[in-house]
Amino acid sequence: MEYRTPLAKARGLGSAKSGTTHWWMQRVTAVALIPLSFWLILFINQLFNASYVDIKQWLISPVNFTLLLAWAFTGFYHAALGLQVVIEDYVNPDWLKIALVWIIKLTFTGMAIASLVFAIRIAISAG
Amino acid sequence: MEQRKRPLAPHLQVYRLPLTAVVSITHRMTGVLLAAGLMLFVLSLAVIQCGASSFQAMQSVIHQPLIGIAVWMMIYALFFHLCHGVRHLFWDAGEGYEKPLMNYYILLEMFASVALTFISFLFVQLGS
Repeated sequence: MEYRTPLAKARGLGSAKSGTTHWWMQRVTAVALIPLSFWLILFINQLFNASYVDIKQWLISPVNFTLLLAWAFTGFYHAALGLQVVIEDYVNPDWLKIALVWIIKLTFTGMAIASLVFAIRIAISAG
Repeated sequence: MEQRKRPLAPHLQVYRLPLTAVVSITHRMTGVLLAAGLMLFVLSLAVIQCGASSFQAMQSVIHQPLIGIAVWMMIYALFFHLCHGVRHLFWDAGEGYEKPLMNYYILLEMFASVALTFISFLFVQLGS
């Protein structure tokens, strides 16, 4: 015997009121990453060519320090959103899908925090 | 009982994907690759904060030819993903759906991603 009304069954299955957020943030971060990717080339140039003192001085300049964190946070966010879509498309069992999406989100949040910590440590040791 | 011959849907293993589909799946694959590459970015920051000797050790590693090739392939993947991503943004805005122009757009983004990689390569080489 089913006592639940059709409305009760439908609740929680439909819109979570934030259905477009994922899609929209994927696009917003994509646009931000276009210029930031060119900053990454400047950073890679430093990795290849700069001396240790020079790359530290370069990184802690206000512009580069800002762009470093902007690149890192936007990139991790964009990557986590993208990997989530890939997992949702190709992974079948619900429990595995949910577990993997959680792992992705926690991993990329952790990497963002780690980047911030490393950046601060670089700034402190250079200052 | 005799088996009736029924029409088969194009099977993925024997079906030659059109160029648009190849580019589409490559966009995904480069995306996953670049997500993994972000770990290397965090690693490089970790190495820099470790000190001068670790940084110099890393520098000698990335100056190995094979590692260098891997790095530049990642950068090409980045620019491919960027260029095709720009096309996705145009699509999202409702532009760029003309069927006869599809392969032309692909050539355009191929050219742009190779050119951007090449310019970046020259920039880094000249900086050394």
